[in-house]
This record gives sequence, structure tokens and C-alpha cells, in this order.
Amino acid sequence: MALRGTRDRIVDPLRVLSIGVVLSIVLAVVAFISLSMGPAKVSMGTILGWCAGMGSVDQTTSMILANIRLPRILLAGLVGFTLSLGGVVFQALLRNPLAEPFILGISSGAAIGAIGGIVLGLGFSVGVPLLSFISALATILLVMGISSRHGGLESSTLLLTGVIVNAFFTAIIMFFIATASDSRLHSMLFWLYGDLSQSKYIQFSVCLPLVLIVSGVIYIFSRHLNLIVGGEEPALQMGVEVELVKWVSFIGISLITGVVVAFSGIIGFVGLIVPHLMRMMLGPDHRLLIPASALGGAIFLVAADTVARTIISPSELPVGVITAFLGAPFFLYLLKKRGSQWTQG
Amino acid sequence: MILKEVSFSYGNCWSLGGINFGLKKGELVGMIGPNGSGKSTLLRIMDGLIRTDMGEVLLLNRPISSYRRYEVARQIAMVPQESIFRFAFSVIEVVLMGRFAHRGLFPFEGKEDLEIARESMRLTGTLDLERRSIHELSGGEKQRVLIARALTQKAQFILLDEPTSQLDIRHKVEIFELIASLARTQGFGVMVVSHDISLAAQYCHRMLLLHEGRMFRIGSPHEVVTTDTISEVYQCPVMVDKNPITQTPRVTVLKKRAGAEIS
Repeated sequence: MALRGTRDRIVDPLRVLSIGVVLSIVLAVVAFISLSMGPAKVSMGTILGWCAGMGSVDQTTSMILANIRLPRILLAGLVGFTLSLGGVVFQALLRNPLAEPFILGISSGAAIGAIGGIVLGLGFSVGVPLLSFISALATILLVMGISSRHGGLESSTLLLTGVIVNAFFTAIIMFFIATASDSRLHSMLFWLYGDLSQSKYIQFSVCLPLVLIVSGVIYIFSRHLNLIVGGEEPALQMGVEVELVKWVSFIGISLITGVVVAFSGIIGFVGLIVPHLMRMMLGPDHRLLIPASALGGAIFLVAADTVARTIISPSELPVGVITAFLGAPFFLYLLKKRGSQWTQG
Repeated sequence: MILKEVSFSYGNCWSLGGINFGLKKGELVGMIGPNGSGKSTLLRIMDGLIRTDMGEVLLLNRPISSYRRYEVARQIAMVPQESIFRFAFSVIEVVLMGRFAHRGLFPFEGKEDLEIARESMRLTGTLDLERRSIHELSGGEKQRVLIARALTQKAQFILLDEPTSQLDIRHKVEIFELIASLARTQGFGVMVVSHDISLAAQYCHRMLLLHEGRMFRIGSPHEVVTTDTISEVYQCPVMVDKNPITQTPRVTVLKKRAGAEIS
């Protein structure tokens, strides 16, 4: 909330940079705390020493930190970053406060692939993610194909198509769940609510370059998005190639959402609330809102996943349960206090 | 800017055709016509937002369809009838959006952009609103901010779609004073759609009366605004006489029975 007072200034590179640095520091601190937490307690001093490559850290601890906790924190951060970036962009393009990266059907598309993979008995390292990614992309292309007319994507048609496709796929998912054996049912449910327990460095390295490239392109479009939220026609009049921005953004965001979801399962709520929180705190300018939302999403998901893996230790909860359980009350409190900052005009 | 034999059809029930006219720099042209006569469509055609079926719109001797959107935006600025701002952008942020077409990929405005925005705000009398949220403004203030945003585009032509429809008489006059002075002193070619015929007739150099998608009459306000033309096109009894002070045509709408008596 301390960031609130700076709203009177026009967004300039310095402001974006300083808020970016502040949020990155918060992210680093949250990640350090997360590293120390888990069934085996590790003190902050040990962790600092371990990170610096100094101090005496026994082999077991080093193994836990390097092979279990760190890859998981890295992936959680990247997933949160991606989903929240997707949320802020979809909210702008669809001009709808309910928009989030899953709204066009990508979640159910990914789920069909993943659950199909689980039913076939494929592994979580390659088979399930690959099937999930392919079916997520196929779904988004199907939705965009159905909604496009004369090369144009109309927002409300796109939204409706996404919702209907979601409903259809959910029916198929329910069929698989209803007929699944108990052992597979557990994997399916965890996947459907988001599960980061299978995190490995390789997943992070697969996602990272894609996420960075798409984020860069999206950031170039941040001014375009400022104009598009005020309506597509006025944006065209001021010189924005609206259709180009929409096609590139929808495909780019779907691509990175598809790839992270393939590894993490469907972690809801991050992509919806983090952009709203950031908009309440920092204002509506996408040049600031996009990086702030992405970093905020990373912070939120690293924190939520830490809770998910420690709260009923040694068992775990799906992280999607925590994002909604902790996120919803906090969000409602802010909504009541501040309003959504969103007028339908 | 020239329109040549422009026609456009929407499905098969609705069309616009035989439009020929030019808009010159420094000229203020008023477009009038009943609801559904094609005014907004014509304006959108002039801005290259809809393609014509036949004929072409020439912008600086080049077909408008050959321009990219940002190139059009550098020549033509449009002031919408009403603009919805979903978020509480401040006035200066809104005005700066007009600089979009002049910026490259680097997403931040520079000092020069800010100067141009402030100059536009000075011309429209909105400088003291700079830090206010667009949501807090009255209808008249908001319209002037939108005009400031259009000026910030540094275009040569400005098209306004019913900028005065939501305003009271004082603010209507203010808007017409503003756009007339922009045409006169800044050399903009201005086209304004309006339902305030008598007021438009006081300011406009030429007027264009649209009727069912056709140009019914174009010329000086005296030639276009007459009892016959207005009552025929608008299907409504009116009396047009000369405003004794400005000597421009003045339209008085008559109630049905009074209309029957004069005819």
C-alpha cells in the first residue's frame, strides 16, 4: 500500500524500474524464506552460506535445497509470473474484469491432454506435459478459429466461445474422473488443482526462454493495450493496429500459459486477482501494470506454494487450493475497501 | 482530402452512395442529416476505418486504403461522440495517448510529447485539469479533453462525431468556438457532425446535408439550410428564417399543427 501515493505521476521508465526493483527484492526475500521452510528446517544463515557457496552444509540439506526446494520455487515463480501476465493482458484485450488466462478454454484443453495422459499411464516428466501442451494449443486455436470473422477477433464472441468450449471439455474430464481408478484419481485431482511437487530444473529451463520472449513482445504492446482498453475503434483512430496486437498477444499468451500449465496443472486465481490487486495499487497504465503484475504473480505463487507444501506436512495440498483459500478473502477485503477501479462506462 | 464517388453498402438494406466532396485545410464543414442517414458511417469511411465498395478516399493525393493505421492517425484525428474510459486515467495520460502514432517501439513519451500535450491542453482550456481523473470530469470538460487528445495527434484534419450532443447550450457554443478557431488559426480541416443545425450554420463555412445515404445538398449554410430542404429531409415541419444578428439561417421546429397551418 506504500506504493499508492505515487499515483499522481505519469508513468516513466524510472518509476517502472524502481517498482520493478522493489518487487524483485520482495520476490527474492519470499524465495529465501520459502527455501528455509519444509519438513527439514534449515536456518536462514545456512541458506545464505549455501547460496554463496560457503559455509559447511551437510550433504542431505544441500540435496534437499538444490534438488527439491529450489527447482520448485523457480517453477512456482515462473508459473505465477506467466499466469498473472496472461491475466492482465486478457483483461485488457477482452475489456472484461473477469478475464484470466484460462477464460478462453486453455485450462480445460490442457486438462483433457493431461488426464488423457494419466489414463494412458504416461509419466509426469514428458508424456503428460507434452499431451497437455498439445491439446491446450489445439484448443486455443479452435476457439480463435471459431471466433474469427474476416480475420477479426471480436471480444464477446471470443469469450462466449471460450466458455462453451470449456463447458464441453469439462464434461469429458468429468467422464474420465468418474471412470478412473482410485490411484489415478488422486493424480488427476492434484493436476486439476495445480501441483508443483513434480518440479525439476529442466521444466524451468524449457519455460524460461519462451516466457521471456513473449513478455518482451507483450511489453512493447503495453501502450497499445492502454489505448485498446478504451475501446478498439478509438484505438484504431489513434493509430493502433488492433487486430495485429490481438492475434499476437492471444497466441503468445496462450503459448506460454500452455507450456507452464503442462508442468504445473491448473492453478486458478493467480491470473485473476494479481492484476486486479496491482491495478488497485499502481493505477491502470499497462507500462507499469504489466511488469508489476507479472512479478506480483511470481511472489504470490511462491508464497502460496510454500504454504501448500508445509501446512499439513508431511502431506501436501494442491497449490490451487491455497491460492483461492488465501487469495479470495484478501481480494474481497480490498474490493470492498477500494472498488474494482473498473467502470463499465 | 477528397472523396470520389464513394459508395458503401451494409448487407443489402443499407447503403451510402454517390458521395463526392473535398475537405480543405482551414475549412470548417458541418455534416447534418437525420438519424440513420449515414453521417457516422461517412465519417468512419473518411478515417479509413471502413473500406468503400466503390470509389476512393484520397488523403493527400493517396488512397486512404494504402495507409497504415499510424500513418492515417498522423493526418486525421477523430473525436468520438462519447468515449468510455474503463479505468481512471488522469487527463494528462489521456491527452498523451494522442502521441501514439508518433512514437516508435519505445513505450514511453519524451519531453517533446509532454510539451505538445500541454500545448493542446492550453488551446482547449484544459490545462488546469491535468491531474484530474477522467471519470471526475463533466461532459463539457471531457469533450474538451478528447479534442485536446485529437490535437496532440498533430494531424491536419479533425473529424468530430456529434461533439455537442450531450452538452448544454453554453458548452455547445464553447465547443463550436473552439473548433472554429482551430480551423481559422491553426489551419486544420475540420468536419463536424451535429444536430444543432442553427448553431452549426453560424460557424461552418460549408454544410453537407445527408439523406438516406446520399448527398442531398452541399454548399454554404444559406444554400443548404432552407425550409424546404430541412423539412423534406427530416420529415418534420420547420421554419427557416434569417437570424437577425448573425444573418445565418435559423431553424425553428414547429409543432405538428402549426406546421400544417403554414403548408
